[in-house]
Formats: sequence, structure tokens, C-alpha cells
Amino acid sequence: MSPLARTWRWIKAHVVLGLGLLVLVYMFVPIAVVVLMSFNDPGKSKNVYKFRSFTLDNWTNPCHPAGMCHAVGLSLGIGLLATVVATIIGTMAAFGLVRHDFKGRSFANTVIFLPMASPEIVMGSSLLALFISGSKIITLGFWTIFIAHVMFCLSFVIVTVKARLAGLDDNLEQAAMDLYANERETFWRITFPLVLPGILGAALLAFSLSFDDFIITNLNAGQETTFPMFVYGAAQRGVPMQVNVIGTLMFLIAIVIVLGGELNNRLKARALAS
Amino acid sequence: MPRQGKGRYTAYWLLAPGAIWLGLFFVIPFYSLVSASLFDPNGSVLTGYDVTYHFANFGNAIKNYYPELLRSLWYAGLATLVCLVIGYVLAYAIAFKAGRWRNLLLVLVIAPFFTSFLLRTLSWKLILSDHGFVVDTLQKVHILGSDGRLLNTWFAVVAGIVYNFLPFMVLPLYASLEKIDGRLIEAAGDLYANPFKAFFKVTWPLSLPGVVAGTLLTFIPAAGDFINAQLLGGPGQRMVGNTIQSLFTSTQDYAAAGALSVILMALIVGLVMVYIRRAGTEELV
Repeated sequence: MSPLARTWRWIKAHVVLGLGLLVLVYMFVPIAVVVLMSFNDPGKSKNVYKFRSFTLDNWTNPCHPAGMCHAVGLSLGIGLLATVVATIIGTMAAFGLVRHDFKGRSFANTVIFLPMASPEIVMGSSLLALFISGSKIITLGFWTIFIAHVMFCLSFVIVTVKARLAGLDDNLEQAAMDLYANERETFWRITFPLVLPGILGAALLAFSLSFDDFIITNLNAGQETTFPMFVYGAAQRGVPMQVNVIGTLMFLIAIVIVLGGELNNRLKARALAS
Repeated sequence: MPRQGKGRYTAYWLLAPGAIWLGLFFVIPFYSLVSASLFDPNGSVLTGYDVTYHFANFGNAIKNYYPELLRSLWYAGLATLVCLVIGYVLAYAIAFKAGRWRNLLLVLVIAPFFTSFLLRTLSWKLILSDHGFVVDTLQKVHILGSDGRLLNTWFAVVAGIVYNFLPFMVLPLYASLEKIDGRLIEAAGDLYANPFKAFFKVTWPLSLPGVVAGTLLTFIPAAGDFINAQLLGGPGQRMVGNTIQSLFTSTQDYAAAGALSVILMALIVGLVMVYIRRAGTEELV
């Protein structure tokens, strides 16, 4: 085969992969900008949309902009609390839906699907309408944000855990029962460990949804300011470069967690194979 | 493997907390929203509101805000289409061409989305800004006029939406492409289908559930989004989300805001129903 034909064949075989990788590169362009800008020294200039000169100041002094670290703390607090609550009650619901046959199951599935199918602005504004009519009982603030976050994380948790549960091989549980494990032992020693990766994945998803939410939070936050709200507010005047430090950190932490999980799986698989 | 547990009510106990939460904070609020949409528009935060079944709110909302409504559907539809094309390429490459790098590539698809949504959008604002690299280059090659710009145009808003909702397209597409048995595509080749024919007769129809799920998951949040229009667009690119947001927060015209939210929801549900019926995948939900 002539070299030309060979090259042509190679191109034909790899064109889809190449295009796919291009799309992936496109997805990382804004991240690269966030990382780059975390080292930017805007100096006196008000133009925060241009890289001026290199500095480490943003990294050594991340809490410099007034109120930013407080906002990050609030987002972390709400994120953790909402994740724990949504993961627990969502996992329970997933077990109920997959493991039991009962009246109204398909109705329950529909209600669970709906929050994922509603635009955030509609969910946020309807919650606000409820909180306004109940303003004698509850004031907008930490707890209304918490309530909203658990609400929109729940469906995602239920769907994720359900998928894991539905894919479970119930022969393993049968085997445990055959070996005289009672229901409780079977659950905690077989079922739960097998579902755990799904639950952890759901928790990670819930946390990232909560930490990142702006539209619903902004409507229901009252006087509180979460990190996305801080960024949005700052964007009107010119963002402090330190928000890019937080963005970069979040990205790095997520990568470490996800890659760590993947590595753990590979090591386990290797240990089992040998 | 549904089964009748030993307690007949176990399922209800397990579901109760989640059901109560969703009932109280998703279903009931939706009712309050619908009733807010029927408020007497003359009420105010100070004097309180009365539900007067003021159906004219709907007519007024459509009359006042139909450009924003139409624009939202148009931007979201266009962005969904672009997402479908580039998302399909990426999902296809990961499912069939990536070999043992599959999992790593999947992680890379999700990874950018752990950086805040707002930061990513601001990042695009910087990339597309006037006198930025992209605009300067486009001006040099005369695609843009010498005073042409990208920010505050529909292009920037749609590009932002495409970027922000792309993973919602890629993941369901990947899930359904990955299930396709590669031997089917080979068989098509053996039966003298060229690659294009094999794709449109075998791969594409088999991936339809992913296409439907992906387009819905992209279109719905995109139609209600207002961040991209706010940060990347100008006054000429306002979407219905911007209007609802400002009616609720600054104007505090809850009647109009409620009516507009209900209209948006109804439009989306209507479009989705027609679309699912057309695509013939009613078992999706």
C-alpha cells in the first residue's frame, strides 16, 4: 500500500476520535481561563477581562474580597447538610421504589421525575410564592435555602440509587440467605455494601448541584449570600480574581475525588484478579 | 425485582420522608404558583394579595412578554440542536473509539462542570470580550466587521447555553450508544452498507432513546435559563427567565411573574409531550 493511501486510511479510522477530542478540548477552554485568571494581577485597572501580569497574591490571600469566604463557608455548610439529608431520605425512597410493589408506584415515579423536568426558574419562583404566603412561619434565609436544596437534590439521588439497585444481582442475597444470614445481616453485609458506590455517587452529585445552584437559591435566600450569589453580584462590578482561586480549587478537588475512586476500583479489580 | 416485603407498609415508611418533602416543597408550591398567577394584579407586598381568579393575568403576560417567550424557545431549540451534533460526536467517539480510555474520557466530560456554572459563564465573557483574542482574530479575517463584536449578541448567548448544558446531552447519548452491539454495525458493513448508510440505518435508530433523553435534558433547563442571557447577552437578548426573575425580585409583581412561570411550564410540557409522541419513546419516563 502506498504511504499516501496508508495515511488516508489512518485519517479515516481516527477522524471521529479526533473530532471527539476537539469537543473535549472545547469543554476545557473556560476552565483553562479560570485557572489562568487565578494568577492574574489586575493592578489598578478595572478591566478584569484581560490578563495583565502574573502574581501569586490571589492564592496566598484568597479571603481578601470582603464577604467571599463567608459566602464559600455558607455554600459548603448548606451543601453538606442538604447532601446528607437528601442522600438519606432519597436512598430510603429508592429502596422503597425498587424493592417493593405497592399502589401508586408509577405515580411516585412521575412525581420524582417532575423536579428534574421543571425549569429551575419555575421551581424557584413557586417555592418563593409558598414562602411568601407562609411568611409568618418562616423567613427567607439559611433554612429556606436548605429546604430548596434538599428538594431539588432528592430526585437526582433517588434516580441514581435506583439505577444501582435495579442493576443488582439478587442471587448474591439469595446465597446469603441460603447460608443462614437473617434479613438484617443480609442487608448490612451484602446489599448495602453493593449499593454504596451508587449512594456515594448520588451524594457527590447532590453536593455539586447544591454548591453550584444559583437560580433557585437567589430567589429564596433572603439576606444570605452563597458563593454563586457572591460571584453573580460581583460580576456586575467586576469580579475579584480570588473567585478564580475558589473555582480552580473546586475543580482540583473534584478531579482528585473522581480519579481517586477510579484508581481504587482498578486496584480492587487487580487484587481480585491476582 | 419488586416483591411484597414482610411488612406491607414498609414501602410507604421508606417513601414517606421523601414524599413529604417533595409534596410540601415541590407539589404545594406549584399550587401556590398557580394561585399567584390568579392574584389580583392590584395587590402589593404591603397590602397582601387576593386570589381573584384574574385569568386576564395570562393574557397580559403573553401580550407583554411574547418576544421573550419566543426567544427563549428559539435559543433553547437552537442550542439543543448544536449540542446534539457536537455531543453525538463526542459520545460516539467515547463509546466506540476510545477503547480502554473510555472511563477516563467520561470523567473528563464531567470534570469541567465542577467549576461553578457562573464562573464558566464569566470565563466565556472574557473569551468573547471586545479586543479579546477571538474577536480580534475574527476581525482580521473579516468574518466580523472592524467594530463587530460577539458579546451582547444572540451568538454569545446560544454559545453559552450550548457550553453549559452539553454534558446533559453527552451522558444519555453515551449511555444508549454504549449498549449497541458493535456486531450489528459490522453486519451492516458485511451486507454492503457504506459507513453512512450503516450509521443511519443501524446506529442512529438504536441510539434514539439517548437522543430523546439528551435533547429533553438540554432543552428544558435551557429554556428556563437566564444566566447566559444576563452575562453574555444585552438587552436585546433577554429570555423569559430574566423577565420572571426580575418580576419576582425587583418589580415584585407576583401576579405577572406567576402567570409567566405557569405559561413557560405549560409551553415546555406541551412541546415535550408532542416531541415524545413523535419520537415514539413513551416508555422513557
